[in-house]
Amino acid sequence: MKPSTRRRLFQGVLYAIFVIVILVVVFLADWDAIRTNFFNLEVAAATFPEIVVIAAKNTVIYTVIAFIGGLILGLILALMKLSPVLPYRWLATGYIELFRGLPALLVIFGFAYAIPIAFQWRPPGGSVGAGLIGLIVVSAAYIAETIRAGIEAVPKGQVEAARSLGINPTWTMVSVVLPQAFRIITPPLTNELVILIKDTSLLFIAGLALGERELTTFARDSLTSLANATPLVVASLLYLVITLPLTQLVAKLERHNKRGR
Amino acid sequence: MTSVSKGSSAVSTTEPAIEVRALCKSFGSNDVLKGIDFHVDQGEVVCVIGPSGSGKSTLLRCVNRLEEPTTGSVMVEGVDITDPETDLDKMRTRIGMVFQQFNLFPHLTVLGNLTLAQQRAKKRGKAEAIEVARRNLAKVGLAEKENAFPSQLSGGQQQRVAIARALSMDPDMMLFDEPTSALDPELVGDVLEVMKQLAREGMTMMVVTHEMGFAREVGDRVVFMDGGVVVEQGKPEDVLGNPQHERTRSFLSKVL
Ligand SMILES: Nc1ncnc2c1ncn2[C@@H]1O[C@H](COP(=O)(O)OP(=O)(O)OP(=O)(O)O)[C@@H](O)[C@H]1O
Ligand SMILES: [Mg+2]
Repeated sequence: MKPSTRRRLFQGVLYAIFVIVILVVVFLADWDAIRTNFFNLEVAAATFPEIVVIAAKNTVIYTVIAFIGGLILGLILALMKLSPVLPYRWLATGYIELFRGLPALLVIFGFAYAIPIAFQWRPPGGSVGAGLIGLIVVSAAYIAETIRAGIEAVPKGQVEAARSLGINPTWTMVSVVLPQAFRIITPPLTNELVILIKDTSLLFIAGLALGERELTTFARDSLTSLANATPLVVASLLYLVITLPLTQLVAKLERHNKRGR
Repeated sequence: MTSVSKGSSAVSTTEPAIEVRALCKSFGSNDVLKGIDFHVDQGEVVCVIGPSGSGKSTLLRCVNRLEEPTTGSVMVEGVDITDPETDLDKMRTRIGMVFQQFNLFPHLTVLGNLTLAQQRAKKRGKAEAIEVARRNLAKVGLAEKENAFPSQLSGGQQQRVAIARALSMDPDMMLFDEPTSALDPELVGDVLEVMKQLAREGMTMMVVTHEMGFAREVGDRVVFMDGGVVVEQGKPEDVLGNPQHERTRSFLSKVL
C-alpha cells in the first residue's frame, strides 16, 4: 500500500468512528425527555427576568469586584516578590504558594466564616462580602505570578534608559515597566478573568440571600423549585454571553496595542 | 571641523566634566576594569576605542553609575558619583546617555518618549516639555515624526529620537555606547551627522565607537582600551595614524 493510500484509509476510519459515535448517541438518547427536561421553553420563560437582572448581573458584579481586588493585591504581591527586601520576598512567596495550593472553595468558605469572627467585623455585603474577599485572596495569588512574569519580561534596557534619564525607581516602574508588562500579560490576564467569572459560582458556600445569588446558584435553586434542568442550560448560555464578547474585546484591544510594542 | 576653543586660562580653573581615578570593576571573579584613569574636559569630544570585551561599555556605564564601581572614584563635574549621599537621579539628568540598542519606550509615541523624563525627573510642565521636545526633534531632523511609535521608525530614526530624548533633559554632557553599531550601514550617516552637529555646538561627549572615521574627524582625543586598561591615548591623528603600542597597532590593523 502506498503511504498516501494508507493515510487516506486512516482518515476514512476516523470519519467512520465519528459518524458511528454520533449515530449511537442520537439513537440511544431519549429526545423527548431531553427536550422536556433541558430545553423546556416554558420553564426557561419562568426563570426570566430574574436569571438576568439578578443572577447574571450579580455574576458580573462579583467578577468585577474580585478581578479589580485581585489585580490590586496581585500587583502589591508581585512588587513584594521582586523587592530587594528579603522579608517581603518571603511573605509574597509564602502567600502565593499557600493560596495557590488550597482549593478556592475552602478559602472562600474560610473567609466567609472566619472574618466576621476573627475581626468582629462584618464586611460590606455581609457573608457575600466576606466570600468575595476570599475570592480576591485566591485570584491575587495567581495574578501576582502573572504580573511578576510580565515585569521580568520587560527588557532590562528599558529600566536602564529610564534611570539614565534621571527618572526615579518608582516612576520608572509606573510609567515605563508596568505599562509594558501589562501589554505582555494581557492574554494570561484575560484567561484569569474568564476563570474568575466561573469561580464566582463558588460563592454559594458563603451563603447567598435570594437577591445575592449568582448564575449557578440561581440555576440550581430553579432546578429544584421547577423540577426541571432547563435553568442549567439557560445559565450556561448566559455564561457564554458574558465570556465570549469579553475575549473578543481583549483580542481587539491586543491588536490595537501591537503598534506600541 | 573645529571644536569649541577652550581658552587656556579657563581650562585650569574649570574642573573636568568627567574624571575617573583608579577605577576597578569586577563581575564576580572577572576583573573587567583594572585601574582606569580617564577624564573628559568640558566641551571635549573623547572617543573610546578597543576590542570587544575590553571594558569600554563598562567604563561608560560607570560614569552614570548604571554599573557600580568596585573601587576607585568617578567624579562628574566635581561631584563624586559613587558617594551614597549624591543625588544620583539629579546627576543623571545632567548626563545624557545613548545606547547601542536605542532603548526607546515602545509604548509611548516619539513625543511621549521625549517628554516623559522632562516631566517625571525635571518636573517640567507639559507645555514646556512638549516645546523642548519639538525643538530637539527638529534638531535631529524628525519634527514630522512626533506622533509615530518607535516600531514605526527605522533604526537610524530611532537612534536619532533617542539622542533627542537625551538632549531634551538639557544635559551638560552626552555618553554614547556604540550608537551606530546596531544600524544598517546606509543609516549610520544620519546618526553620525547629528553627533557631529552636537560636537560642533560644543557638547561634551564620550563616545565608544568603532567608527574610526568619526573618531578621526570629530574626536579631540582618542582613548584606546584593551584588557581593562587604557593602553594609549592622544590626538586622533597620533593614536590612529602613528600608534606607539603594539596592541594598538594590531587592533587598528584589524579594523581599518
Ligand atoms: N553585567 C555583567 N555581568 C557579568 N559580566 C559582564 C557584565 N557586563 C559586562 N561583563 C563582562 O565584562 C567584560 C567587558 O564588557 P564590556 O561590555 O565593557 O566590553 P566592551 O569593550 O564594551 O565590548 P564590546 O565592544 O563587545 O561592546 C566582558 O567580558 C563581559 O562579559
Ligand atoms: Mg560595549
